[in-house]
Amino acid sequence: MSEVLLQLEGVHTHIGPYHILHGVDCAIPAGGLTVLLGRNGAGKTTTLRTIMGLWQASSGRIRFDGLDISKAPTPDIARAGIAYVPESMAIFTDLTVRENIVLAARSGPVDSGRLDWMLGLFPALKRFWNLPAGNLSGGQKQMLAIARAIAEPRRLLLVDEPTKGLAPVMVRSMIEAFRALKAAGETILLVEQNFYAASALGDHVLVMDDGRIAHSGAMSDLVADPVLQQRLLGLSLDAHQ
Amino acid sequence: MTDIATNAADTAELPRARTDWLPLLLVPALALLALPFIGNPSSWVTLTVAGLAMGMMIFLMASGLTLVFGLMDIINFGHGVFISLGAYATLIVLGPLAAWGQADSLGLNLALMGLCILVAMALTAAVGAVFERVIVRPVYGSHLKQILVTMGGLIVTEQAIHAIWGASPIPIALPASLRGAYVLGDIVMERYRVFAVVIGLVVFAGMELLLNRTRIGLLIRAGVENPEMVEALGYRIRRLFVSVFVAGSALAGLGGVMWAFYRQTLTAGMGMEVMVLVFIVIIIGGLGSVGGCFVGSLLVALVANYVGFLAPKLALISNILVMALVLVWRPQGLFPVARR
Repeated sequence: MSEVLLQLEGVHTHIGPYHILHGVDCAIPAGGLTVLLGRNGAGKTTTLRTIMGLWQASSGRIRFDGLDISKAPTPDIARAGIAYVPESMAIFTDLTVRENIVLAARSGPVDSGRLDWMLGLFPALKRFWNLPAGNLSGGQKQMLAIARAIAEPRRLLLVDEPTKGLAPVMVRSMIEAFRALKAAGETILLVEQNFYAASALGDHVLVMDDGRIAHSGAMSDLVADPVLQQRLLGLSLDAHQ
Repeated sequence: MTDIATNAADTAELPRARTDWLPLLLVPALALLALPFIGNPSSWVTLTVAGLAMGMMIFLMASGLTLVFGLMDIINFGHGVFISLGAYATLIVLGPLAAWGQADSLGLNLALMGLCILVAMALTAAVGAVFERVIVRPVYGSHLKQILVTMGGLIVTEQAIHAIWGASPIPIALPASLRGAYVLGDIVMERYRVFAVVIGLVVFAGMELLLNRTRIGLLIRAGVENPEMVEALGYRIRRLFVSVFVAGSALAGLGGVMWAFYRQTLTAGMGMEVMVLVFIVIIIGGLGSVGGCFVGSLLVALVANYVGFLAPKLALISNILVMALVLVWRPQGLFPVARR
């Protein structure tokens, strides 16, 4: 495995009275795309939000490129180079598409080459550039949410279920966009329920169950092993094709 | 700025953002509707200018509260005390510089007003910073506690005003140049009301520019909608909260100065007395919307003036009636702000 960019060691998270993460241990290598799979309620979203500091880990350690970010406030974690695309997308609907991007570029105007690259990935955004983002369709909002995360170079993208609720044609567009992001050298931790999309994109895979990492390995191994798929996920890739 | 070039062929079929004109048309529509009922055009102009001036003063007092509520989700019942404090801050300036107000010089009179405004805004901003830290911050996220503790803060600060300046009403005089009225035929427009309209327009334009043309404005608008995502983009929303609370307090102080010279009498409870109106206009406008607050203020003040002239006994309930009608039409207010 290549150099580890993000490491979680025994991370526990409580939300109110509920104990959601029960000691998550995993490592995200630099470069490539790691998929986090698991049933509803397994703790995938909580893991991303805990990494981002939106919910504080009650114990354990989160290291990002050697830096302990377990107790760091969310803005500091973002400034360290982690971008987050939540499941809800959380785009600012009253702001225009342009304003959403401008706000995401903390250090100033977006570099024109980067802007061209982003709009090449998501051409629909150019069309709605000066419209309030609330006017976009679900798929376009997802594109904007991802474009906002890459408005500036980041070292790690956390993306929560980007294909959820999207039409098949839009899912294929999204898969192409993530392939392009991978090709550009981005490191991505992707939560995904759609095993077809996950298997098409993932280099590495983590499977969560009941707030723990139940499996960690190469995606190609999981794809090649229907028995393992059935055991970990209760399904097989064949069912998705 | 991040801009992209689009050629004519690209833009020809682009969808356009729709502007919500209907609420903006309410104010002129209301004014025109009132004309036949009032009958006399000169009375109508006088009432309309007076209503606009009153509306601007309500806007000055309410604009900070709508931002604080929209961004921070804080129900600040103590906002009224910043209005009172701003009003009393004029005494700090009027004490040593009373002669400037009596001088037959527009420049000195306006300088006096400017100083009153500056001192009031500085004082209310400073007290606002302490108020946020000591009273508001411990109760983020709990509306009931916010109502209770901000009411408590209001009572304590009102009593502090009594302790410093005394409990008796204090008369203050308008600067000489702002007394009297402009008379155009049968139309009479009080100078101070015209001055209030100008100040209100300047503040409104400034706030619109700040919110729509600057990065801090973008942050405030985004923070009103989703503060958590603003943090996830790397911005420290807590600092923004404090800045907006301080700015909102300073705006209330500015409103307090304008209100003080309009009433020409200071009482510690003068801010609390207008809070019902302030809450009505921010609800009518849409919580968190500065534009909505502006339109709501003008609407409420004009209705109060027209109804007060036509049917004085109904004047007291006219504002509640306006609020009820607006909420039946648009339950989220005239310009609803997208909320988390």
